Amino acid sequence: MIPFIVTALAAFAIYLILTAGSGTVGLWSPFELGAGAVVSLLTAAISRNYFCGSRDYRMANPLRWLYCAVYIFVPFFLEMARANLDVAYRVITGRIRPGIVRVSPDLATDFGVLLLANSITLTPGTLTVGIDEATNDLYVHMIHIGLGKEKKEIFESGDLFTFFPLADWIRRIAE
Amino acid sequence: MIADTIILVCIAIGLVFNTLGVIGILRFPDVYTRLHAETKTTTFGTIFLSLAVIVYAISRLLSDGDAQFLTLSVHTFVALIALAFTNATGAHAIARAAHRSGQVPSPAVIDRYSEGDA
Repeated sequence: MIPFIVTALAAFAIYLILTAGSGTVGLWSPFELGAGAVVSLLTAAISRNYFCGSRDYRMANPLRWLYCAVYIFVPFFLEMARANLDVAYRVITGRIRPGIVRVSPDLATDFGVLLLANSITLTPGTLTVGIDEATNDLYVHMIHIGLGKEKKEIFESGDLFTFFPLADWIRRIAE
Repeated sequence: MIADTIILVCIAIGLVFNTLGVIGILRFPDVYTRLHAETKTTTFGTIFLSLAVIVYAISRLLSDGDAQFLTLSVHTFVALIALAFTNATGAHAIARAAHRSGQVPSPAVIDRYSEGDA
């Protein structure tokens, strides 16, 4: 029952976001509200076992999503802007020193690893190539490794970023 | 008028970064470094192009009060999220596929992925 309710509520919320501005009940027309309810119940009946496959409901907490939004708009965006300027500089000058390093972020949940791997990939200059499923270590291709740093066996996740410890933020979101 | 200025600045930043991404594809030596320029820099540029659309929609919404501009801005924002997620996942999939099919990074100072058992 809980997977059904969680999936229905999530589907309904997404339907409301997509149809905002359609009418006068709040932002929605009565027809859209009714159609959204029917469609989200149908969606929940079909896909509850995919959406809640792990039976782990910690991400159903809205506070975690609020924290996730803050994470995306402040530390992650600033980090991304800095890295973009860095890569723009390397595109123009051609000064690169690429290589694949092993990073140990020490995250426990699948969602946390997904979020960190996507954050790393979306930040220019670092690209997640592979993952060691046993230890959750990431193999990251970096476009510029500082001189001598490649001797280090395992990188801390903090070595990849400049301003913020993104792995700690993700630990607070997902664990 | 402030909105017009913000829109112009956003479009200019977006076009500059997208152009740099294209130049990066031509200048970088191997598939991994090209992925850096091509997928990430263009995502950043496209984020700013989408921001220009959102600012335009919000400014029209405030001046005209027409609800279709609310829909426009929300849909652009959803497209932005979808773009960011699929771009990261796609870049990772291309890099992983390249490595598994034997494309070693070259030049490279280190390659822990080939040394490991993965």
